[in-house]
Amino acid sequence: MTDALLQVRDLKVHFPMGGGILGARSFVKAVDGVSFDIPKGRTFGIVGESGSGKSTTALAVMRLVKITSGSMRLGDDDIGALEGEGLRKVRRRFQMVFQDPFASLNPRKRAGDAILEALELMDVGEPAARPALARQLFLQTGLRPEQLQLFPHQFSGGQRQRIVLARALAARPDLVVCDEPVSALDVAIQAQILNLMQRLQRELGLTYLFISHDLGVIRHMCDEIGVMYLGQIVEQAPREGLFERPLHPYTLALWSAAPSFDPGSRSRRDRIRLQGDPPSPIHVPPGCRFAGRCPFAEPRCHSEPPALREVLPGHQVACHRVTDAGQPAYREA
Amino acid sequence: MTTPIVSPALLDVSNLGVEFQTRGGVARVLEEVAFQVHRGETLGLVGESGCGKSMTALAMMRLIPTPPGRITSGRVVLDGKDLLALDEPAMRHHRGNRISMIFQEPMTSLNPAYTVGNQIGEAVRLHQGLDRKAATTCAIDMLEAVGIPAAKARVHDYPHQFSGGMRQRVMIAMALACKPDVLIADEPTTALDVTVQAQIFDLISDLRERTGTAVVLITHDMGAIAEMADRVAVMYAGRIVEEGSVAEVLQAPLHPYTRGLIACAPGRRTTGFGEPLTEIPGTVPSLLERRGGCAFADRCSDVQPRCRTHLPAETRIDAGRRRVLCWLHAEEKRETSS
Repeated sequence: MTDALLQVRDLKVHFPMGGGILGARSFVKAVDGVSFDIPKGRTFGIVGESGSGKSTTALAVMRLVKITSGSMRLGDDDIGALEGEGLRKVRRRFQMVFQDPFASLNPRKRAGDAILEALELMDVGEPAARPALARQLFLQTGLRPEQLQLFPHQFSGGQRQRIVLARALAARPDLVVCDEPVSALDVAIQAQILNLMQRLQRELGLTYLFISHDLGVIRHMCDEIGVMYLGQIVEQAPREGLFERPLHPYTLALWSAAPSFDPGSRSRRDRIRLQGDPPSPIHVPPGCRFAGRCPFAEPRCHSEPPALREVLPGHQVACHRVTDAGQPAYREA
Repeated sequence: MTTPIVSPALLDVSNLGVEFQTRGGVARVLEEVAFQVHRGETLGLVGESGCGKSMTALAMMRLIPTPPGRITSGRVVLDGKDLLALDEPAMRHHRGNRISMIFQEPMTSLNPAYTVGNQIGEAVRLHQGLDRKAATTCAIDMLEAVGIPAAKARVHDYPHQFSGGMRQRVMIAMALACKPDVLIADEPTTALDVTVQAQIFDLISDLRERTGTAVVLITHDMGAIAEMADRVAVMYAGRIVEEGSVAEVLQAPLHPYTRGLIACAPGRRTTGFGEPLTEIPGTVPSLLERRGGCAFADRCSDVQPRCRTHLPAETRIDAGRRRVLCWLHAEEKRETSS
């Protein structure tokens, strides 16, 4: 795919852990070989549980953690390799929205100043024109220009997330990385922010990398989705395929664990139930990382790591028990 | 369906009112909250933050910080005894023994300085007069019951040695150690991953079936209500605005707020891709801003002039099994779905 705006290849982020004078240094393999493309104007979602590496992937794309290996390209810019001033200059092309709108705004700075600061840092517009730009950003995100004078504590959670969005958009980015952007919000407010994000995407042609643990939010927002488990993408497919025809046993387990009130959804009893917690990302199992909790594991799952491969058009899965024709062999067993 | 003539409820909350003295004035946090829970039944309390769900739980446990808070009215009758009328020693005998609670944050509600065995055993030592040894045995049994592997060894571990899901299991073991009649679970899985949440829900359901404990499940997640609860009470701005069986309320919500809560959930099959979600405009009004009339009026799509001035009387439907607090369904409009 050449039309990808963001292209991530074999991204690895390993955090060193302690390690004594004699003992070998061990590593937390937070992200361990992740690849994906996001076409311009689309939304790529990463879903997974805590510790799966989804947030670290987001931070790596933002160049906010040190990358161990791999490459990342944003259009023509090699954002994985740039450093220093070159990196700072290109940062205006990719911006981030964090989870907690209470922690991501400076409580001592007026909302308008937070926007102006972003405009100044990214050198957007003429200095004299910036206040007007800030007003426009506020209107665009559903805030009132007179609220530019207020401090963060005078806004509700949903409004703060609008400020955070306005600030991210100040740089006129191509890519917005959203790490659990609505997880801290009430469900009624979530809907407001999700609708706003979709409208902004349409109006400004934004591309989103969207991280969430909430399957409902992911399903609503994303065109294509990668399911992460212990630092790797175990299944990746367009939204329709992934939700209508999940293939990886972990995806199935995740789907069946999510409470749903849709009529016709599975009842609680006939579900795949996972036991225990994911293994430690320091001592990663040698075979499939999910094998220890997988109800369908065979001996080779414990010894041989499965590769992510395309089994249906656009639908990739890393599981020995899915046939090359995209059939879940474990179903017949 | 049960027969209309039912045994008296195990837990009967009526006319519960709580207010807080604040610098800005008196905030009426709960008003006329009433519901019943039967043995072995799960009642879901659902609503946005600030609607009074957790306050209802704290009031039932008599854990409202006083001052500034105060229970102004009502009764919380557990098995024939009004908890609000008890003196503190008698209440202490009930709390954790006959009515107990699981809190939202398993990380902060366990004491890091004591072993989990000690903390689970404390309840039975205090309430049932067991000695340390017997209490430890009981703690091991409880840890086994909530599915903690190698309970015998882990009973001497400290909270930090457990994962989040395990800690919530420890909390549940603690809450259930005295085999309470009523278990209040306040957002028990909010901090947990979905696969762990599913484990905890299974655990609560199994324990409820085994022991007949009545459960009050507090959550903001309609999906969790659909999975876990028999009946659901929807709270808004300190009042219960709708109550009924989960199937009825989810399929045919009567109150516009309930309808909004259900419709705004993302990712349902019924919403087409790219379609915007239904929004509930605005936010929950501040407790001090509340005027006469329905608190939801400003956000309601079906608002009428009288909604802003007068609160409707509660309408009971289907032989009293269902109730709603809304002018749309008051008096003349009694013939709704069915």
